[in-house]
Amino acid sequence: MTNPFGAQSPDIKQRRAAQTRFEWGGRLAITVALGFLLAMTVTIAWLGVGALQQTEIKLAVDLGPDNIDPNDLKGASYNTIVKNALKARFPEVEGRREKRDLYGILSPDAGFELKEKVVADPSLLGGTRELWFLASDDADLFGKGRVDVTLDQSQRRLNDLEVGWLQDLKANGELQKRFNMRFFTHGDSREPELAGILGALVGSAMSLFVCFILCFPVGVMAAIYLEEFAPKNRISDFIEVNINNLAAVPSIVFGLLGLAIFLNVFGLPRSSPLVGGMVLSLMTLPAIIIAARAALSAVPPSIREAALGLGASRLEATFHHVAPLAMPGMLTGAIVGMARALGETAPLLMIGMVAFIVDVPTSLVQPATALPVQIFLWADSPERAFMEKTSAAIIVLLFFLVVMNLTAILLRKRYEQRF
Amino acid sequence: MFMEVQDAQGNGQTSGQAARGESETVITARDVDVYYGNKKALEGVNLDIQRHQVTSLIGPSGCGKTTFLRCLNRMNDLIDICRVTGSITIEGQDIYDPAVDVVALRAHVGMVFQKPNPFPKSIFENIAYGPRIHRIARNKSELNDIVVDSLKRAGLWDEVHDRLDQPGTGLSGGQQQRLCIARAIAIQPKIILMDEPCSALDPIATAKVEELMEELKAHFTIVIVTHSMQQAARVSQRTAFFHLGILVEQGPTEQIFTTPQDARTENYITGRIG
Ligand SMILES: Nc1ncnc2c1ncn2[C@@H]1O[C@H](COP(=O)(O)OP(=O)(O)OP(=O)(O)O)[C@@H](O)[C@H]1O
Ligand SMILES: [Mg+2]
Repeated sequence: MTNPFGAQSPDIKQRRAAQTRFEWGGRLAITVALGFLLAMTVTIAWLGVGALQQTEIKLAVDLGPDNIDPNDLKGASYNTIVKNALKARFPEVEGRREKRDLYGILSPDAGFELKEKVVADPSLLGGTRELWFLASDDADLFGKGRVDVTLDQSQRRLNDLEVGWLQDLKANGELQKRFNMRFFTHGDSREPELAGILGALVGSAMSLFVCFILCFPVGVMAAIYLEEFAPKNRISDFIEVNINNLAAVPSIVFGLLGLAIFLNVFGLPRSSPLVGGMVLSLMTLPAIIIAARAALSAVPPSIREAALGLGASRLEATFHHVAPLAMPGMLTGAIVGMARALGETAPLLMIGMVAFIVDVPTSLVQPATALPVQIFLWADSPERAFMEKTSAAIIVLLFFLVVMNLTAILLRKRYEQRF
Repeated sequence: MFMEVQDAQGNGQTSGQAARGESETVITARDVDVYYGNKKALEGVNLDIQRHQVTSLIGPSGCGKTTFLRCLNRMNDLIDICRVTGSITIEGQDIYDPAVDVVALRAHVGMVFQKPNPFPKSIFENIAYGPRIHRIARNKSELNDIVVDSLKRAGLWDEVHDRLDQPGTGLSGGQQQRLCIARAIAIQPKIILMDEPCSALDPIATAKVEELMEELKAHFTIVIVTHSMQQAARVSQRTAFFHLGILVEQGPTEQIFTTPQDARTENYITGRIG
C-alpha cells in the first residue's frame, strides 16, 4: 500500500525544496556572520594576551650604604645604582653609544621602580640584592619572541649587540616573562611597558555612574508620565517623535552640546568624568525613555483595569502594579543603554577626555579618560608595543560589554512576566 | 456622594430600606449612547436598576452588554476613543458629573471583569490590595479576616487555603475568576458588576457563585452579564435584553422569560438568534 501522506505530487516536492533552499541560505548567512565574529575575537585575543605578560630582567643591585643613605632613602640616585648593576653584569661594554643601548634594555622607569621597592621595604638595604626589573618595550618584544633575529639589524629595532645581551640574559634565566599586574593597577604612560588600563577603567566607571544616576530616574519618570498619564494628543505625539529623533542623533553632536553648555556656559571642569557622564546621559536618556515606555506598554491593560476597578487611583495603579511589573524591562533597557554609552568615544573626545592622563582619577571632577578613548589613544601611538596594549584594552572593554549584556539578558530571563 | 473617598459609605442609609424590603431604584440610565470613535455601540438605553436585586443583562455577543456595564463604574474612561452621552445616576448622583471622583465611585461600584485578571502577586495580596488602599482593615488580623472571608464567600477557600502565598496567576481559569470575585467583594462595594462571572466555571463552582449572589443581594445591588438563560432565570429578579446596541426589553425576569413582548427577545430566549 502506498503512503497517502508521502510527497509524491510535484507541487509538494517544490514547496519542500523551497523551504530547504531557504534553510540552507539561512545557515550560510549565520556561518558567515559567526565567522567574522570569530575572526575578530581570535585576532584580538591573540594580540591582546601578550599584554598580560611583561618581560622582566633580573639584576644584582648594590643597595649598600655606599649607595643609599638609610636616613634619606628618597635622596639616593637609584638610576645610577641600576646602571651600575647593568654595567657590572656586562663589564665588556665600552663606549657611550653602547652603554646607552645597554641601559635601553631596561624600562626608563627602572630607577624609580627600585626606589619604590626600597621605600616600601627598607629591609632590602645593606647589601647586594637580586631584583627583577621591567624590560623596555623593545626588549619586551624580544622576550615575547616577536623580534625576528634572523633579519639584518638595520631592519629591526634592536641591534645585534642588544640581541646578544638579551640572549645571554635569557640563556641564564635572567630574562623572564611574568604576569603583568601593572597593566591592571596603573594609569597610562608614554612607555608601553608601564602603561596600564586602570585609569581608563576608573574613568569609564565614574562616567557611567554619573550617567546612570542622571538618566535612569529621569528617563523612567518621563516614560511613566508619557505612557500612563499624559493625554494622547498632538503635543504628546510631537514629544514622542522628538524622543525617537534624539535617540538617532549621532553621539558626537551630544559631545558638541556638552562642550558648548557644560564646559563653556556652566564652566564645569574639562576632561572630568562628571561632564563625561553628563554627555553620555544626554545620549542614553532617549534610549532609556524608549525602552521604559516599551516595558510599560508591555504590561497588559487588564492589570491597570483590575487596579482601577478596585478603586485605585491612577497613581496607585501605576506605582503599585504597572511600574513594578515593568521594572525588569526598564532596567534591561537601561543596562543596554549604558553598555552603548560605555563603548562611546566621539562625545568624550569633544569634552577633552582624550587627554593623556597618567594618574588614576579619584574624584568626579579630576581629569580622566575612558576605555574606548584609551583604546583610541593607544592605537594611535607609534610604538609597536602599544599594539598589544590596544588589543588588551579592547578585551577589557569587550569583557565589560559582555558582562553588562549578560546581566540584561539574565534579568530579562529571571523576571520575565507571565501574565 | 462620590466626591471624597467615602468614610461612611452610606451604611445606615441602605440597611433601613433593606429591612423594609421594598424595591427602590439605585441606578438610572437615561438616553445613554456610547460611541467607540465614530461607531455607535449603544443607543438610547433607558434602564433602572433596583436596590437589593440581581439584574441580568442578556443578549447576543457584541450587543453592548459589557459596554453598558463598564459605563456604570466609568471603566470606559480608560478607552480613549470611547464617548458616553446621556445621563447615568447612582444614588441620585450623576456619575459623569465633573465633580465625581472616579476613585470613590469605583470603591462603591465594584467590578468582576469578563476575562479573569488577577495581579501577578500572591493570592493573599490579590485580595488584600483593595482593603489596604481603602484602609478598610485597621490591623493585620482584620485584613487577614477579610481575605479569608472573601475567599470563603467566593467558594475558593478550600482550594487555596494552604497556598495563599502562591501567585494568583498560577490558578486555573475558573479559580482565577473566583479570585477576582473575592477581590471585588473584599472592598465591600454597594453595587457589584459581574461580567460573565461563571463563563469559565464548572457547575459546582457556578452554583457557589450563584449562592453568593443570592446572599450578597441582601446588602448589595448586583448587575450580572450572562449568556446562560438558566442562570439569568435562577439568580435575577429583573432582566434586560440587549440586541445590536439597543435595549430591546426589560422587566421582571419571569415576565421576560415567559411572556416576552418583543419578537427579538422571544427569538433569543428560545435560541433562534444569538
Ligand atoms: N475598546 C473597543 N474599541 C472599539 N470597539 C469596541 C470596544 N469594545 C467594544 N467595542 C465594540 O462595541 C460593541 C459592543 O461590545 P461589547 O464588548 O459591549 O459586547 P458584549 O455584549 O459584551 O459581547 P460579549 O457577549 O461577546 O462579551 C461591539 O461591536 C464591539 O466591537
Ligand atoms: Mg462582554
